[in-house]
Amino acid sequence: MFSWYYIEGILIQSCYTLLIVLGLSILTGYTGMFSFGHAGFVCIGAYVSILCTMAFGLPYWLSLIIAGLAAMLLGAGLGKITLNLKGDYFCIATLGVGEAIRLIFNNLQLTINVGGKDFLLDGAKGVASIPLKTTLFGDWNALSNGDVGTFLSTLFSSALFIVIIFLTATALLMNSKHGRSMLAVREDELAAQMSGINTFRSKMLAMCMSALYAGIAGGMMAHYFGYLQPKMFLMTKSTEYTIMVIFGGMGSITGSVLGTVLLCALPELLRAVGDWRLVMYGLAVIVIMIVRPKGLMGGKELPVGRICRAVGRVFTKKKKDLPPPDGGSVGEEASV
Amino acid sequence: MGIEYFLQQLVNGICLGGMYALMSVGYSLVYSIMNFSNFAHGGVIMVGAYVGYFALTALNVPFLPAFLLCGVGSGLLAVIIERLVYSPLRKRHAPSLYFIISAMGASIFLENFVIATIDGTPRNYPPIFDNRINIGGISLGVDSLLMIVVSAVALLILMFIIQKTKVGLAIRACSYSEKASTLMGINGDLVIFIIFLMGGVLAGFAGMLYGMRFIVKPTIGQVTNKSFVAAVFGGLGSLPGAIVGSVLLGIMEIFVASFNSNLRDLFVYGLLILVLVIKPSGLMGKVVEDKA
Repeated sequence: MFSWYYIEGILIQSCYTLLIVLGLSILTGYTGMFSFGHAGFVCIGAYVSILCTMAFGLPYWLSLIIAGLAAMLLGAGLGKITLNLKGDYFCIATLGVGEAIRLIFNNLQLTINVGGKDFLLDGAKGVASIPLKTTLFGDWNALSNGDVGTFLSTLFSSALFIVIIFLTATALLMNSKHGRSMLAVREDELAAQMSGINTFRSKMLAMCMSALYAGIAGGMMAHYFGYLQPKMFLMTKSTEYTIMVIFGGMGSITGSVLGTVLLCALPELLRAVGDWRLVMYGLAVIVIMIVRPKGLMGGKELPVGRICRAVGRVFTKKKKDLPPPDGGSVGEEASV
Repeated sequence: MGIEYFLQQLVNGICLGGMYALMSVGYSLVYSIMNFSNFAHGGVIMVGAYVGYFALTALNVPFLPAFLLCGVGSGLLAVIIERLVYSPLRKRHAPSLYFIISAMGASIFLENFVIATIDGTPRNYPPIFDNRINIGGISLGVDSLLMIVVSAVALLILMFIIQKTKVGLAIRACSYSEKASTLMGINGDLVIFIIFLMGGVLAGFAGMLYGMRFIVKPTIGQVTNKSFVAAVFGGLGSLPGAIVGSVLLGIMEIFVASFNSNLRDLFVYGLLILVLVIKPSGLMGKVVEDKA
């Protein structure tokens, strides 16, 4: 029914969406600041990365890093001027910035000439024929052929690999002093300040990290679709990312993963019902807010370590169940 | 730029601003009492525009009843959304974050419900007032004049209700402190019902006016983002602020558009950022103090 090509596409989409949602989870889930302009950061990342690969001919992984840093720079600038705003006003400011970024690219007519080659940014028409670089796993065949260089460069452009790196990084960040400070800011900013936490710095860190994630994900997105239009970064996209964070549960990394994968796959599974799928999506959001506002995981983590150990135990037990060479010791074990 | 051209653009700006004002007072009313940005308002306006369209084309009613029908339809919808979506959250004293998310969900729902049941193609209102009149060299469409008059009358009635009647007193008291006014015997639920009803009725009028002047499609709700900017510009939670902010924004937007029409949206959002950086409380907003 589903070809692998189709499933792979959904998985790659889930991967880069997960990266955005992870970043947003740092900002919203852990630090408690709402952003309705995250699509703007993704937009910046996407455009910067295609500039790097298409105009300057840089390798894909390097362009992703540059895209991430560009978005981070913007995030830092935005943070500098808006982080002192309270509650709703911060969220309105991000909304304005997100839309403004999209509109700038919508109106930008720019020809860049590098080494005799013209590269054209053509406003609302967008950019087409972007090289397709994003893969799910990387080129493992090259490894078996002994071509380590190719293998490494494809590994660093593999969506799954990048996401795993950032998942680990997020988990480490959240268990560090900085992560705890962010949680404190979310719970009660005033109290956090009283206990000696530099709340501005915590918020700034969250903002920068989340913009970095979004920028890198933007680069992956551009090199997956092969074309780019400012229309892809409407405010509704930002809302969707926020909804994924809420759906998974604020302040839970595994919750974000679950929420993203479910909400990315759900519209695809519901494709049969056509236009009604987004109706159900909207309805689902309302129902979740009323019935289970904590989200799927409710701020708790799925015990990944315990599950791994349990799975390991199942496998080791299977080995023990094999009849030992001398025989008869199975009953002995049971009596112990 | 000749003086006639200037006056012409000024009238266009006031016309657009009046429409923004009809939309943004709905935002501001809700914000002043419930302290969250009601993003579902765009959906209510869009449904109002559709009610007007079908009243005129399918039911063949004249303009005035269709116009009133828009108000009734949107008012009802706004109240239903309040009852079904916000009321359970309100009972639980949920943080305003949850309200915003629910509002977003409701707006996604409304937009796509219309796409699924009717369709996504843009429709044109049948021409009702397409003659123009000349006043001192300025050519004015009757529909533009009507828009200005209707907005002004509706807003004046609203201001009268808020400032002079007992219901208005209750609304003002609630916007000052909902808890204290509930203790004084004001029915908080009823006040919230009334503000949603009033905001919804005005949203319906705005929807129909917008449809008459431009076009009807499921995504016109997104235009309300601009009226939201207007509400912030004037000062969130302040009714006169919303009106002044809307008219000013409308005029400025038209002049920017006459200079370069690609820049009009960028200008609006740029203004939003500028306002938030320089004076977040807007032109006439309440000064928000963080109470510990």
